[in-house]
Amino acid sequence: MKSNLITEDKQKSKLEKAFEILKTMASKPSGLIGLTIVLFHVVLALISPYIAPYDYKAISPNTMLLAPSVEHWFGTDSLGRDVFTRTILGGRTALTVTFFGSLIALLWGGLLGIFCGLVGGKIDDVVMRVVDAFLSIPWILAMLLIVSLLGTSTEVLIPALGFFYGKGIVRVARAATHDVIAKDFIVSAKARGHSNMSIIWNEIIPNVRDAILVEGAMRWSWMLLGFSSLSFLGFGVSPPTPDWGLMISNARGLMSFAYWSVIAPIVGLSSLIIGINLTADAFAKALGIDRSTKAPV
Amino acid sequence: MLLLILKRIGLGLITLFIVSLITFVGVEVLPGDACTTYLEREAYGAALDACIKRLGLDIPAYERYLGWASNVVRGDFGYSLSGEMPINEVLGPRVKNSLVLASVSILIGIPLAIILGIITALWRDKLPDIVISTITIFSMTIPEFISATLLILIVAIWLGWLPGIVIIPSDATFYELLSNIILPVVAISMIMTAHMARMVRSSVIQVMASDYVQMAILKGVPYWKMVFRHVLPNALLPAINVVALTIAWLLGGVVVTEVVFNYPGLGRLVIESISNRDLPVVQALAIILASIYVGINLIADLMTLMLNPRLKSLQIRK
Repeated sequence: MKSNLITEDKQKSKLEKAFEILKTMASKPSGLIGLTIVLFHVVLALISPYIAPYDYKAISPNTMLLAPSVEHWFGTDSLGRDVFTRTILGGRTALTVTFFGSLIALLWGGLLGIFCGLVGGKIDDVVMRVVDAFLSIPWILAMLLIVSLLGTSTEVLIPALGFFYGKGIVRVARAATHDVIAKDFIVSAKARGHSNMSIIWNEIIPNVRDAILVEGAMRWSWMLLGFSSLSFLGFGVSPPTPDWGLMISNARGLMSFAYWSVIAPIVGLSSLIIGINLTADAFAKALGIDRSTKAPV
Repeated sequence: MLLLILKRIGLGLITLFIVSLITFVGVEVLPGDACTTYLEREAYGAALDACIKRLGLDIPAYERYLGWASNVVRGDFGYSLSGEMPINEVLGPRVKNSLVLASVSILIGIPLAIILGIITALWRDKLPDIVISTITIFSMTIPEFISATLLILIVAIWLGWLPGIVIIPSDATFYELLSNIILPVVAISMIMTAHMARMVRSSVIQVMASDYVQMAILKGVPYWKMVFRHVLPNALLPAINVVALTIAWLLGGVVVTEVVFNYPGLGRLVIESISNRDLPVVQALAIILASIYVGINLIADLMTLMLNPRLKSLQIRK
């Protein structure tokens, strides 16, 4: 009974803590704007299949390159598809791919980083060398190579993005673990005879979690940038999937007279990236982590 | 000191060695070898045999790696499949074009970033800071292909001031290049400047809050003398490393910018070689781009060491 009470209390305080962090984030205008943008995009992504007025892949020669009107809010593209429909569905593609990609990046990057920080020594040296080497290959070259050899389905893109954006998290997680590992409570946990797993789970992860989450939030916006760049170059998701990068690259050639079909996805993608960035910054500040002097690696 | 420099160079070389292994193993492990990927449906009979012979795919992988690596060390990257000529000949003009683009952007970007960073830091949270910081955050976060597309749309199409895309052969002369690279340079230096200006800003703010600057203020050192003598040298030093990392990171973005503007540099070669499935060229590009990355970082490391006497003695004591 008593132990039950304690866990309840712990869980409640966790929720409260999350709420408090959100409140701190929203207390500054930049954080509030960021949160609002991200929330807007997430809600739109969830409901877009139900509110989309047209079929995103319905090609029609009669409606090619129409200017914005009451029927087609954002006009139509060169194949007669409704730009509004494709824009709101494009957010869904971008958010799905990068959300799962970031999750994979956080998981493997965080775990490998904690592991390296813990064991240290030779293994740590070798792993960090390899991570450094991976970091020095431009992301775009590596991604393009993988995608061009394995194909451009989301099942390839998500793990590939997750893998390549996780290597930066390895460094952050390792550094955070290094900071924690020499602290007294770890030493006393060892002295109490806790197992290694218990120390990792109960002592280290709660203390490095914040740093890793903040890094993950930043990676999310970079991954979105990387993913849309890939689509733009023709190596992301394949048509006719509604995707912002793809839409921009298709509409670019005709933008001298049909600028609406390039403006809509540009606004969508830019606002989402800026929103995620502002949110990640506010998140870092609310958790008291300073990222201002870090390079975007 | 010399030992330290040698150690750094050694670490850089080890990194490059691992990069070469990764690209080599990556190409080996991923489905399809260089010949079958390149020839695709025609990968049979005499054409396949000839290709395998030429690339030496019939000898064991580790021997091939050793041969390839020793050639690369001597500056020979092998043979391009799609261009049907030595990779060095393909690379030459591309490297030159990219160098022109990058160095012009850096020459504009770094001084501009330092000035903007200082302005935003000294007038922190005042109007100049708010305006400049908002602009830098925007140009930092928006993907390269979007800012480049918008530049073309506004400057080239709506205003009609400059040509939208670069239509020059890859072996154009320097002067032909210059008139064509204004928009690509603006696109690249915009992002680069934004990143570096943020870095300089936070670095200057940190130094301004330090004890010795407070001391200088209390001693009555004139404001601008304090800024130039006491703040800037200490603030710009840690920024060097970050600036180097930023430049190296932007290599990826340069690829996209070059494609948008149709600029015949290394970046477009990356896309072309991957579209043509020309794996020998891809391998060569991976090594070259990684060397640039490692090189920039090495130079930054050494510069910080040279410029910071404290770090020097600290490292020696260790």
